[in-house]
Amino acid sequence: MRTWLLALALSLAITAPGWAVLPDEILDDPVLEARARALSQDIRCLVCQNENIDSSNADLARDLRILVRERLVAGDSDADVKAFLVVRYGDFVLFNPPMKLETLVLWFGPALIVLLGGGGVIAYYARRRRNPAAGPAPLNADERQRLERLLADTDTDAKVAEPRSR
Amino acid sequence: MAETMTSGMILRRRLVFLAPVALFGVLAGYFVWGLNPDRNPRDLPSVMIDQPVPEFALPPIEGMEGPGLSDADLRTGEVTLVNFFASWCVPCRLEHRYLLELAKDDKVHLYGVNYKNEPAEARAWLAELGNPYGRIGADATGRVGIDWGVYGLPETFIIDRTGRIRYRRVGQIDQVTLDREILPLLRELSK
Repeated sequence: MRTWLLALALSLAITAPGWAVLPDEILDDPVLEARARALSQDIRCLVCQNENIDSSNADLARDLRILVRERLVAGDSDADVKAFLVVRYGDFVLFNPPMKLETLVLWFGPALIVLLGGGGVIAYYARRRRNPAAGPAPLNADERQRLERLLADTDTDAKVAEPRSR
Repeated sequence: MAETMTSGMILRRRLVFLAPVALFGVLAGYFVWGLNPDRNPRDLPSVMIDQPVPEFALPPIEGMEGPGLSDADLRTGEVTLVNFFASWCVPCRLEHRYLLELAKDDKVHLYGVNYKNEPAEARAWLAELGNPYGRIGADATGRVGIDWGVYGLPETFIIDRTGRIRYRRVGQIDQVTLDREILPLLRELSK
């Protein structure tokens, strides 16, 4: 059991995310550095596009990390830093885009789809409960007889077919 | 069952058969948009369009004659082109012949920003391929690039007479972009 736990812990340690921040970028002030790290995780690397600048090794990501730290040292608030980048690169640079007319679909689209789908499911079951007889009509005697004949036919067909297919 | 159906139910049943058609229409529209070979999904909508050029002042490439480039050079009342390039950028090499072609026209003011490039390498590159730029600024740190929202070389901007960015192209210029986008816009802005 202990071996297993150790193995699990080790494998998790190996797959821990490798941060791209280089030693020369790190600020001396731990508070500012912590803010820079938190900010960097919400800023998109525009070269790799699905990575944030905190974990991207792209050249531009490094430049942006340094820039973020410079702005913080100069006294910018987190919002100032983000605004600085949005002016240049647009909302796309943020992983958490602001809520506005163009991003409404982004924010509410998934919820809308869940509501539509859920509404459909609820309506379906409500209708079934109201009208349990709905659905295909039961077979009448004539149809049942035909069905039995067909099933019997299939049985004999199968028996004949089997040796042939070998 | 069929005898008890009201006309409303019949209509509803017919509508159900239309659903796949509607679904097909939506998907087809999506594919026409999504599979269009002219669409680059990595292209970002530029926020710089119609904005005045950012303030900057860049020195020339070290060891090269000639002036550097600053925002004042883009506000002289002429229509200008600004091309971000570097010797390490492969598509820049591919588009270079089109820039040379453009620069043949005396009325075209084509300026370059040499982005994060070793001066010696930039000089050798221009010596080998030719220099289409009227002015070149050396952006050694890439800061001016960030101010312009540059994220991948080459990038080309067209600036109107009042110093506003009117066009941005991320990626290589080819004959098609020249004929369909750049030259018509230059003509229109120069009127």
